[in-house]
Amino acid sequence: MTGGSTTGDDGSVPVTAGSTAPDSATGGTGTAPTAAGTTAGQAVIPVAAPALAAAWPLWEVFVRSSRGLSHVHAGSLHAPDADMAVRNARDLYTRRNEGVSLWVVPASAIIASDPDAKGRFFESPQGKDYRHATYYTKSEGVKHL
Amino acid sequence: MSGETMSGQEHFDALIAADARVEPRDWMPEGYRKTLVRQISQHAHSEIIGMQPEANWITRAPSLKRKAILMAKVQDEAGHGLYLYSAAETLGTPRDQMTADLIAGKARYSSIFNYPTLTWADMGAIGWLVDGAAICNQVPLCRASYGPYGRAMVRICKEESFHQRQGFEILLELANGTAAQRDMAQDAINRWYAPSLMMFGPPDEDSPNSRQSMAWNIKRFSNDELRSRFVGMIVEQVKVLGLTLPDTDIRYNEETERWEHGPLDWKEFSEVLAGRGPCNSQRLARRREAHEDGAWVREAAAAYAARQAGSVGAGAVSNETGAA
Amino acid sequence: MSSDSATRITPGNALRPEDIAAAGTRADRDTAAYALRLGDDALVLAQRLGWWISRAPELEEDVALGNIALDLIGHARSFLSYAGSADGRTEDDLAYWRNETEFRSAHLVEQPNGDFARTIARQLVVSFYQFELYGSLQHSADPTLAAIAAKAVKEVDYHRDHSAQWVLRLGLGTAESRGRMIRALELTWPYVGELFDDDELAASLGDRAVLPSSLKPAFDRGIAAVLRQAELEVPAVPSAPGGGRRGQHSEHLGYLLAEMQVLARDHPGAAW
Repeated sequence: MTGGSTTGDDGSVPVTAGSTAPDSATGGTGTAPTAAGTTAGQAVIPVAAPALAAAWPLWEVFVRSSRGLSHVHAGSLHAPDADMAVRNARDLYTRRNEGVSLWVVPASAIIASDPDAKGRFFESPQGKDYRHATYYTKSEGVKHL
Repeated sequence: MSGETMSGQEHFDALIAADARVEPRDWMPEGYRKTLVRQISQHAHSEIIGMQPEANWITRAPSLKRKAILMAKVQDEAGHGLYLYSAAETLGTPRDQMTADLIAGKARYSSIFNYPTLTWADMGAIGWLVDGAAICNQVPLCRASYGPYGRAMVRICKEESFHQRQGFEILLELANGTAAQRDMAQDAINRWYAPSLMMFGPPDEDSPNSRQSMAWNIKRFSNDELRSRFVGMIVEQVKVLGLTLPDTDIRYNEETERWEHGPLDWKEFSEVLAGRGPCNSQRLARRREAHEDGAWVREAAAAYAARQAGSVGAGAVSNETGAA
Repeated sequence: MSSDSATRITPGNALRPEDIAAAGTRADRDTAAYALRLGDDALVLAQRLGWWISRAPELEEDVALGNIALDLIGHARSFLSYAGSADGRTEDDLAYWRNETEFRSAHLVEQPNGDFARTIARQLVVSFYQFELYGSLQHSADPTLAAIAAKAVKEVDYHRDHSAQWVLRLGLGTAESRGRMIRALELTWPYVGELFDDDELAASLGDRAVLPSSLKPAFDRGIAAVLRQAELEVPAVPSAPGGGRRGQHSEHLGYLLAEMQVLARDHPGAAW
């Protein structure tokens, strides 16, 4: 049985950024549905959960499918608290043997990068081929290199 | 390419043109968002309402193996509804809102679940025909342009792979069983055939929303294309059962390279859609009842969570169960 | 691909009910009678819980209760397959073709679902009882019973956790939930005693079976811990006499079986 911790068995907090940010967390009420073009330019936007009477908050679920692999975002669910969230995650996302470990994270706790800052955030690595082994063609054919 | 130098619309159009995926926080046209919320929530409602006709037979399943399979299948449908609600929630509509719309009778779901399950053979026919039609619809949706929808569909399609097979095998057992079982199977196919064909939606010329959905890469094939493909599959499969489809007009049209079928009663379809099907009010009442009966439970859990958060702080909730 | 890994599915390789039937091990008459009790408890409770699927307080709970019901159906099928091996009957022969008085379930599992609190109270008792039971039975001298119990104990450990979590939330949630939980415990407790009644059969099987009374102290401790945490008490209500192990059942079982068996009995000899 898993304890009250939501950070998983190796104690590391699942840091999410950019493209790995879970869907629900990044799409909730933070970017209001009304809004053609409301995504204003803050670089970091915490997303609040919707507050309906007695509505259970949203959680993001990460599943480790077997030892040696990372936890991967599997989906979301609703639960009243962390203890129930990790149990609901077990019941929902591992009933076909999908996992050996689970993380649940309140969707509202995930900080996502701003899609409007795509250029500012993600342009820099483009074109820096020299960070990749394939850039170095002259040594091709040399063994064990 | 820099996002800052393109308008939201240009960026969106570029994604669609490149057959790339739109993600939750991307700018998207209001119509696209609305179409998705409508389609995904309808799809979710269909899974949830669709639990009822089959749950109707869980307590009476004729063998323990079949009981387990049926329970697992109906349970899967709850899961599928849940995955889909989650996908819709990424567009800014909370699940509670969608549930409220459903039980208020303001939302649509697949008409087919307003037909009653009268015999055990209906479990077979639903698995084979209804899930079969659903799978034809759903496989292309795995490539829907909206990322969360496509990802939910990938999971659903994987899980559903057993649904159609178990239905077919129920019918196969019945077809090879006693005369009464065989009659039961044929009767179920007769009743579910036309409604399952109508699951693909109205003919293309009467489906105004389809064209826009296809332009947005939400829908990949037209209603009639998918329906024709489905007819081509089941016309062969029914031979394995040694039973027949209640349609003598099925034929392959060499010219159009499409399977054709006899006329469908679209008047009945719109009647059921308008709420005048055999089980519409029963299905909604049952969902409303479950939701309302569960309110005190949801409130209790929320109140407990609030109290724990207030008194001990996050992460230090109950020390397990005291059970160890 | 790592994105695939979140949806990678496999059947696993644990003991299945079909394996028990296929193994061809024949239980002797007394062991079969004992297995029948365990199987009937699991079957009747699964039949009850299955009703919740599509009616639970939230979708997540539809799935959770469904998982528990499926575990129990699995246990029932294994125990009944083994019980039937004594005289060449299948799990379905036993489930569908015995009459009420031939069932050996305890009154507790026959109790109606009631509201969610009542179902949870029943789950609390059954799961803590079965956890102790299978925990002991996995060391049975009978290898088949031991094998079934060894798988089942891990599953009911989760059922125990599930019910305890809910008792906590209903007990400490709102005034309404607390009232309902207290009432549910009162309605449930008369049927607790029967689970721990010893009789000749259990005694005569020695180290092949588990003496029900031997489970009571650990059961009491576990239940007390949960109730204490939920600020609830074991209700002071009189015990009902039971009799399920002798075929004397509650009024509820007949209806449950009528529904469960109706289709199978309409078609004698049919395969499904």
